[in-house]
Amino acid sequence: MAKLKFRTLDQQSPSFWGLIVLHLVVVATGLGAALYMEEHGHIVTGMSNQVVWGLPHVFAVFLIVSASGALNVASVSSVFNRLAYKPYARLSGILAIALLLGGLAVLVLDLGRPERLIVAVINNNFKSIFAWNIYLYTGFIAIVGAYLFVMMDRRASQSAPTMKAMGWVAFAWRLILTTGTGSIFGFLIAREAYDAAIMAPLFISSSFLYGLAFTVLVLLMMSRETLSDLMPEEMVEKFSGLLMIFAFTTLYFTIVQHLTKLYAAAHVGVETFLLRDGGVYTIAFWFGQIVIGTLAPVAVLFFRGSGFSARSALTLASILFLFGGLAQMYVIIIGGQVYPLKLFPGMDVSSSFFDGAVGSYVPSAPEVLLGVSGISIAMLIAALAMRLLPFLPQAEPKGS
Amino acid sequence: MSAADRRTFLKSAVGLGATTLAPGITLYAFGPAASAETAPVSAAKRWALLIDINKCPSGCDLCVSACRKENGWKSTGHAATDAQWIRKVTLRDPETGKTREAPVMCQHCANPACVDVCPTGASFKRADGIVLVDKHICIGCRYCMMACPYKARSFVHEELTDQKTNAPRGKGTVESCTFCVDRIDAGRIPACVEACAAEGGAAMTFGDLNDPKSDISKAVSAAASSQIRADLGLDPGVRYRNL
Repeated sequence: MAKLKFRTLDQQSPSFWGLIVLHLVVVATGLGAALYMEEHGHIVTGMSNQVVWGLPHVFAVFLIVSASGALNVASVSSVFNRLAYKPYARLSGILAIALLLGGLAVLVLDLGRPERLIVAVINNNFKSIFAWNIYLYTGFIAIVGAYLFVMMDRRASQSAPTMKAMGWVAFAWRLILTTGTGSIFGFLIAREAYDAAIMAPLFISSSFLYGLAFTVLVLLMMSRETLSDLMPEEMVEKFSGLLMIFAFTTLYFTIVQHLTKLYAAAHVGVETFLLRDGGVYTIAFWFGQIVIGTLAPVAVLFFRGSGFSARSALTLASILFLFGGLAQMYVIIIGGQVYPLKLFPGMDVSSSFFDGAVGSYVPSAPEVLLGVSGISIAMLIAALAMRLLPFLPQAEPKGS
Repeated sequence: MSAADRRTFLKSAVGLGATTLAPGITLYAFGPAASAETAPVSAAKRWALLIDINKCPSGCDLCVSACRKENGWKSTGHAATDAQWIRKVTLRDPETGKTREAPVMCQHCANPACVDVCPTGASFKRADGIVLVDKHICIGCRYCMMACPYKARSFVHEELTDQKTNAPRGKGTVESCTFCVDRIDAGRIPACVEACAAEGGAAMTFGDLNDPKSDISKAVSAAASSQIRADLGLDPGVRYRNL
């Protein structure tokens, strides 16, 4: 096999600069929104004592889950030894770090006291999965950073065992990390929509899907920017196939999750709410997650044709998968909270504190701005990294 | 060593020995009230509350208003975001239509879910069973609110004014019933219990579950009582009768 060559993002079109400026504006408004929330308190959000995690968490968890999935391509190349994926391993690594930082930024800026972040570093309660996650996230950045070093350093990259070992460590770490993210919900005994071990594998499978969708979209974008074909036909096929597999796996875990709850008489209420009577949450589930976010993109990929048509299909499907991912997180995070806690099973309850009532939540503008800025933060970090260091594969000259 | 030096040394040695070996005795020298306020909290006690809801009249909210007055939380007109440390929950049996009311607040669990999930340890349980939030290290992540099955906690959504010195609160942090910990440490009972006994149905009995001679221990052993969501295994320190 020819020696792989990599390049930086050394030429940018006006439309690319336009995109960078747009991201900068989004980040600036997001930070402004966070300051506004910090100044006035969460009263300026749609959150309440009933819905304590709002849209920023939807974006943050979505990005954190996507981050570990973005590392897929690198893992496939070094852990599973698939050489075809190797040109994309560096990009997948840097994208993983960028997405994680974007998600964490949103998570931290949505804290009631974001300026106390240092407290979370100094004081740790090791029984808290949140505290574990602090180490899982920082560890992920360090490990993927080291992994990238091994890939990019002239001498280190010569050592196949080192590469393999780093690949394995990073792969294991990303699985543990997403287990941790899923378990933030899985460990919550209080809320009927959560409290299930399946949250961890569900999140892992979702991460494969969203992470790859992000990677594919960035690759396609970079192909346009570098005026070279970074994704040959063969890879379009491979990525399309993988995305379909991940979509079906996520659908499978989603079905098992809901069926298990539906089977138990005690939880029929919450399932009926989410799947049938939940209004916006029911729509987000069936229309957002299942139709737009799973079935439509799978159909698009299935009938993708070849050449330009296949490439457009892959672009469209990836966008739809990401949209579905946001819908899925919305249903899980917000839908799971608006359903009331059951303090007195078998009783109809009411109180001035909204006991027994379905919570209402409408995200406010600052929340939307903060949430969306997480994506822009990730994209800016990725773009800057690609500008500075050779993360992008050098397309082989035609006919070679 | 001069005589004066020797005397100083002996004095401090005695002082050190006294505080190390017999802190209780030393503190007792300042009188029982001071002792209660400064003595270390001991696991020998388990503060608990028993509420007989048959004695809790419908529409009475003396416990709620007493808590408000004592701890300074109040309505700001934003019902969805206003803190509520204690609330009256109306229970209606869908079969019979019979309704009752029960005051619900932090249940001061022996195995509190909020303490387990708190990343910084701001949510903590005192040795005597009182579950509190350390407002200095709460980062406002609200994971405890996600984890509490009793909806006992509130997040402070906006700027506060007129705080009570005995119950400091903070925008961007989480809070809940403290069992009026400052009163307990001063040898008094929680404000809700006091108000209920003075003007209400005397539905609340507060005391040390570990002391077999306490009113609450006697009451709990005399007749059946139950805990809300006992199935979750959190062992709440608030028990209910006739629930």
